[in-house]
Amino acid sequence: MPSEKMLMRGSNVVGEAAVRAGCRYYFGYPITPQNELPEYLSARMLDVGGTFIQGESEVASINMVLGASVAGGRTMTSSSSPGISLKQEGISYMVGMELPAVIVNMMRGGPGLGNISASAADYFQATRGGGHGDYRTPVLAPASCQELVALTFAAFDLADKYRNPVMLLGDGLMGQVMEPVVFPDFIDLKDLPKKDWILNGCEGREPRALFSMLLGQGELHQHNLDLQKKYDQITAEEQRWKTKNTDDADIIVVAYGTAARVAESAMNDLRAEGLAVGLFRPITLWPYPIAALRELAQKGRKIAVFELCMGQMVEDVVLSVGERAGIYFYGVPGGVIPTPAEVADFLRSVAKGDGKVGRRIEV
Amino acid sequence: MSAEVAYKQVFGWPDSLKKNPTHYCPGCGHSIAHRLVAECLDELGVREKTIGVPPVGCAVLAYNYFNFDMVEAPHGRALAVATGIKRVHPDKLVLTYQGDGDLAAIGTAETIHAANRGERITTIFINNAIYGMTGGQMAPTTVLGMNATTTPGGRDPRLHGNPIDISRMLAVSNGVVYVERCAVSSFKQIRKAKKAIKKAFQCQLDDLGFSLVELLSPCPTNWKMSSKAAWAWVNEEMVKTYPLGVIKDETGYEDKK
Repeated sequence: MPSEKMLMRGSNVVGEAAVRAGCRYYFGYPITPQNELPEYLSARMLDVGGTFIQGESEVASINMVLGASVAGGRTMTSSSSPGISLKQEGISYMVGMELPAVIVNMMRGGPGLGNISASAADYFQATRGGGHGDYRTPVLAPASCQELVALTFAAFDLADKYRNPVMLLGDGLMGQVMEPVVFPDFIDLKDLPKKDWILNGCEGREPRALFSMLLGQGELHQHNLDLQKKYDQITAEEQRWKTKNTDDADIIVVAYGTAARVAESAMNDLRAEGLAVGLFRPITLWPYPIAALRELAQKGRKIAVFELCMGQMVEDVVLSVGERAGIYFYGVPGGVIPTPAEVADFLRSVAKGDGKVGRRIEV
Repeated sequence: MSAEVAYKQVFGWPDSLKKNPTHYCPGCGHSIAHRLVAECLDELGVREKTIGVPPVGCAVLAYNYFNFDMVEAPHGRALAVATGIKRVHPDKLVLTYQGDGDLAAIGTAETIHAANRGERITTIFINNAIYGMTGGQMAPTTVLGMNATTTPGGRDPRLHGNPIDISRMLAVSNGVVYVERCAVSSFKQIRKAKKAIKKAFQCQLDDLGFSLVELLSPCPTNWKMSSKAAWAWVNEEMVKTYPLGVIKDETGYEDKK
């Protein structure tokens, strides 16, 4: 049975969705602004007979995730920017051994300890692998609590399907905001596809070994080619995005997560003024919905990119759109969330071409 | 008496060990330690319910030698990985096999906290006082005065710090039930080591808590000694910093006898 509609905080929403999606092993280390998630799961795992461990560090926690994953469990960890940096070692090893897991990053301002409010400064780290080695992890960017539910379920399924870690990329606001949500019913763990690669003792079969060190002639080369095939398949099949008011738009504002919520309000205000603004919201940041955005960048439209950092996703926009349309950028760094009015100023400036707010990107 | 009962097999290849030649140097203690672990698992009849985590270091390829499920861990993280495995499979025997650098330098936090949580895991800790795989750099356990490639003139506490006795440090934790330090550098000590390893596994099977056996182990290659001299150095010099014997035993096994 789906749940009743309830008012819930973003971090707790991820916790409840994870449990309903079959996650029974959570390992994490406290860091603001996502502490409500481990707190929620410390109690919820008791209800469902799962495991919650507050690890001694983010490094230890991601390696507990590695262990639970290799043992066959649906498992996750969560953190915020500085903690995600620490987890990169384990993520790289999990990719190397093709182990599924969900990693939640409720981004905060950086670099260093930065601050604890919403930021989108980890886009490069999230979408370019993040740790050492030639790899990618699918990155899902929710823009509401209800979408947090859907994407948490999707993250576990994608991780299992491709045997690769998947990142749920929110920010301090997504973790703290309270919105009404409805949860789908619990999945039955027995319905999940059998994993024929896990370690559970070699009774009745040959022993298995999982490792990422490949010293034999050509082995690592081949392994990377195999990983790339997987990434090509993910790129072809898993792009997600949403559009609003794009059909008649002269300006397409491109934003994800919290920034997309602000941009949507700005769009609505400008539509009331008669300015034809549409919204393109990537949901998968890797794979980036390149073709869909390219399709929109026609007919003399302008592409206006808004980010909660000084310009990271805009590089993917440039890769998608190239010289098809003028690309404009407005970014706000360091854990400050601009008002819809500020973003509207940017879009008006794009419409007039006066360059007063934001800047034109030279391709 | 028929031929079938006239001969009793007293020695053979353990099931828990694959029939692969190892890459270990002549005189290295790993081969002996591997064999002891394998014999103990065979005798306890738990090979098929064992999941092992080797270290980064000379034993990183241990999955080529041990004949049970194994997963590689990042350097130092074996006990965190083992924690995740054990929580999914509380009915399996989970062991880590770690060197001094893995367990007592880069993995110190993971080691102490897994032990302190009382994870039902057994750790085989190989202490050879040197970094073997990377070619003889200082280990956290390098003894004072000992030459390593990064302690020119010998380990000096003011320059390089002191040798760490992690087994004794772990023993103070309430989560830790059994810790013994043995050596694989004499026949008598090897037999003792086997008893200790078996007891440590039993301690896990009985759900008592965390158990660890430290094995002082010769590294003739990086100590730049003959195998024979390396055995003698363990028995005469290394034991001064790391005295052999039971460090902690709250199993109660002897009391029951």
